[in-house]
Amino acid sequence: MIRLNVNGTAHDLDVSPEMPLLWVLRDRLQLTSAKYGCGRALCGACTVHIDGEAARSCSVMAGDAVHTEITTIEAVAGKVAEAVKTAWQSLDVVQCGYCQSGQIMSAITLLNANKTPSDADIDAAMDGNICRCGTYLRIRQAIHMAAKAIA
Amino acid sequence: MDGTSAAHSLSAPSRRAFLQGAGAAAGAFVLGCFVPFGERAVAAGAAAQGPFDPNVFVRIASDNTVTLVCKHFEMGQGVTTGLATLVAEELEAPWSDMRFEFAPNEAALYKNLIFGVMGTGGTTSIANSWVQMRQVGAAARMMFVAAAAERWRVPASEIAVENGVVSHDRSGRRARFGELAAEAMRMPVPAEVTLKPPGAWKLIGQRLPRLDSVSKTTGRAVFSFDVRRPGMLVAVVRRPDLFGATVRSFDDREARAIDGVVDVVQVPSGVAVLAEDTWTALRGREALKVDWDTGKAETRSVEDMLAEYGALADAKGLPALRRGDAEAGLARAAKVYEAEFTFPFLAHAPMEPLNCVIDLSDDGVELWSGCQLQSIDQAAIARVLGLKPQHIKINPLFGGGSFGRRGNPMADWTKEIAHVAKAVGRRVPIQLVWTREDDIKGGFYRPLVLHRVRAGLDGGGRIIGWRHKIVCQSLFVGTPLESSLVHDGIDETSVEGVVDTPYEIGNFAVESFNAQSLIPVLWWRSVGNSHGAHAMETAIDELARLAGQDPVAFRLALLADKPRDAAVVKLAAERAGWGQALPAGRGRGFAYHSCYNTRVAMVADVAVARSAIKVDRIVAAVDCGVAVNPDIITAQIEGAVGFALSACLRNQITFADGVVQQTNFDDYAPTHMSEMPQVEVHIIASHADATGIGEPGVPPLAPAIGNAIFAATGKRLRSLPFAAKALG
Ligand code: FES
Ligand code: FES
Repeated sequence: MIRLNVNGTAHDLDVSPEMPLLWVLRDRLQLTSAKYGCGRALCGACTVHIDGEAARSCSVMAGDAVHTEITTIEAVAGKVAEAVKTAWQSLDVVQCGYCQSGQIMSAITLLNANKTPSDADIDAAMDGNICRCGTYLRIRQAIHMAAKAIA
Repeated sequence: MDGTSAAHSLSAPSRRAFLQGAGAAAGAFVLGCFVPFGERAVAAGAAAQGPFDPNVFVRIASDNTVTLVCKHFEMGQGVTTGLATLVAEELEAPWSDMRFEFAPNEAALYKNLIFGVMGTGGTTSIANSWVQMRQVGAAARMMFVAAAAERWRVPASEIAVENGVVSHDRSGRRARFGELAAEAMRMPVPAEVTLKPPGAWKLIGQRLPRLDSVSKTTGRAVFSFDVRRPGMLVAVVRRPDLFGATVRSFDDREARAIDGVVDVVQVPSGVAVLAEDTWTALRGREALKVDWDTGKAETRSVEDMLAEYGALADAKGLPALRRGDAEAGLARAAKVYEAEFTFPFLAHAPMEPLNCVIDLSDDGVELWSGCQLQSIDQAAIARVLGLKPQHIKINPLFGGGSFGRRGNPMADWTKEIAHVAKAVGRRVPIQLVWTREDDIKGGFYRPLVLHRVRAGLDGGGRIIGWRHKIVCQSLFVGTPLESSLVHDGIDETSVEGVVDTPYEIGNFAVESFNAQSLIPVLWWRSVGNSHGAHAMETAIDELARLAGQDPVAFRLALLADKPRDAAVVKLAAERAGWGQALPAGRGRGFAYHSCYNTRVAMVADVAVARSAIKVDRIVAAVDCGVAVNPDIITAQIEGAVGFALSACLRNQITFADGVVQQTNFDDYAPTHMSEMPQVEVHIIASHADATGIGEPGVPPLAPAIGNAIFAATGKRLRSLPFAAKALG
């Protein structure tokens, strides 16, 4: 039995502490916003926040996430999160959308740490988030737009 | 055609194959007429045959929302927004009231008018809906007018509809759609409708927000991977490492010993492990021991295959095109150009790996799937389970990308889940999951291809002969589709992009050679154009230089009687600043290609330093007829650049002793953000019928980059992916 705090709720779960957090979220808690894309920390589709920091949930064992605050895009809130989602919507960033929960969660972490990121800062922070549909230009633009909105 | 008359027929920018009536009962897919070379042939079935009952395609609720029942699959290309735009335009609905849902699997109502069955692909969605969806909107508007006339007892001719409001000025009556919907949608469907002239359009041509933006930025969008049914088991399949290998025996004791593993069953594609959750299923699969019979398996390397391709090309091929006398022209040539191009096997690697959910019940079967060729998937499941297609209900969901992979006429993964369900033999919902490794190693690749070009110039630098040999594994030879889609040995998808070139080449011979292997192949975003355009546009660039001419001027001379093509070439060149000098180490390259009745030119700016290729900027010009939503067109070109760039620079599937050497996004790495060039898209203003934009952004990218690399370095890279090392 392990206890995970997800989106503000404590869950006591009968899962192996070795089960990747991604599958606990998706298969046990039915929280499907974090996506499976590679399973090896290569794509960022599974990105959630652990204690406010972007983390690849496919590569975090559930046992290592006890005593943390886990947040998925369903519950992420605050000025930065709102600014990011709004910018994403107003620029119509998404195509298939499958990578976008992860992109948005990574972008929120970036903007929490750096309120005025340059293109190079954005590339560095976002380079591990793959978008097979190639929406990168709009992601970059949306991050700049969100940065302006929170300034 | 101005696209404004109701009785007007669609020109079919066809994927040449009109997939008709997946005849499951007969035990084989019956695919309909094969229409070669898009622009030269228009299929009778492609006409929009109104009247269409608006009730089939729209639902208008009392809260005024207008829900499009979308007959096409949304894999990111923006089709839900595009089709809703066409309906809203004629209906006079405000954009903020538009919603969508996916159509159920009823081909009679929701068929792709070009395919004849339900399906999405071949850049046909907007093309086949362009008239139909506007007719639907117009018919619904007329039904509102009729309903208001009846309710208010006023002449229909005095009723106006605007912005979701039906009004009669003289009496001052007004009603919003919601108030009249119940009556309106019961009115007779008008036999004829008149579509608005382009000057009256309010939504078409505007940047309207995508209808799927909010759900996809809040985690609420549902993909089939996200379907969770009570008691659902997750199945992963251990497939052979070698294509063509089969299960000899397997030992599942260790797998079954894992807590949470529920079942292990053999299926035609391998051995399936079913568990209560994905992670346990994956661990169970790892614990499985399978003995494979590899006696008949494919073990050749790509090098072996290419050597055989080369030997094949030394002989005479099947005539895919013969215009004038290529050999005589070549014999007279003042200068002869010869080149060979090879293209690797490529995986599609959509961001969402393949998966779907099946649930067998007393009423039949339900499938949840990001389903691109619904009619074919339905027939495939029916066949495996011994049911009738009408017993298979498909719940279509968003697809996390496809690039061709989710539209497999062989229905590989759909059949696989049906086999798993059959082998499990009890009623439990099952989700089939492919891992990224399964996806990369799983076949259905863009085929390995070789092009050999021999072209001659006369003393004036004009092309006087062109012989083009293409060796390619056909998508259809050796499959059940061969009889309907391959004619005299020629598979159109192997030679497209070459035989249909818009360039005026008088003495032109194209020979086709069908290579064979056990590697399953499939169309990959832009299909044959993904290699045909590269060979053509590289060769044209080289010929221009051989002729001592500017590559853009050389192309324009070959497009003298093709004003639409020439306009696209000119626009891209002009916007890119073609002809300006660039600093050392930088080069600018041009490419132009037309496919699916959409024309795209690209100018690439490339920097080469220490054998590293950096693409700085792509300027694209596009003519896709009426630009229904210019922002989505722009996004599709941006996306095509992002998608195709990694294929140009590094992606390839290779084999060691028959085993695929790539596994995941590290050794088959898509484009990353830091590599993404700036992309500018310029759209030609046009009133020609809207075509499509999902694929045409892919073909010109690689040749534009290759031509830019030559401009920067004087070194010519021909084969893909570009061997940057050679620049060192
Ligand atoms: S699924 Fe976790 S990084 Fe790709
Ligand atoms: S939007 Fe499709 S992978 Fe990013």
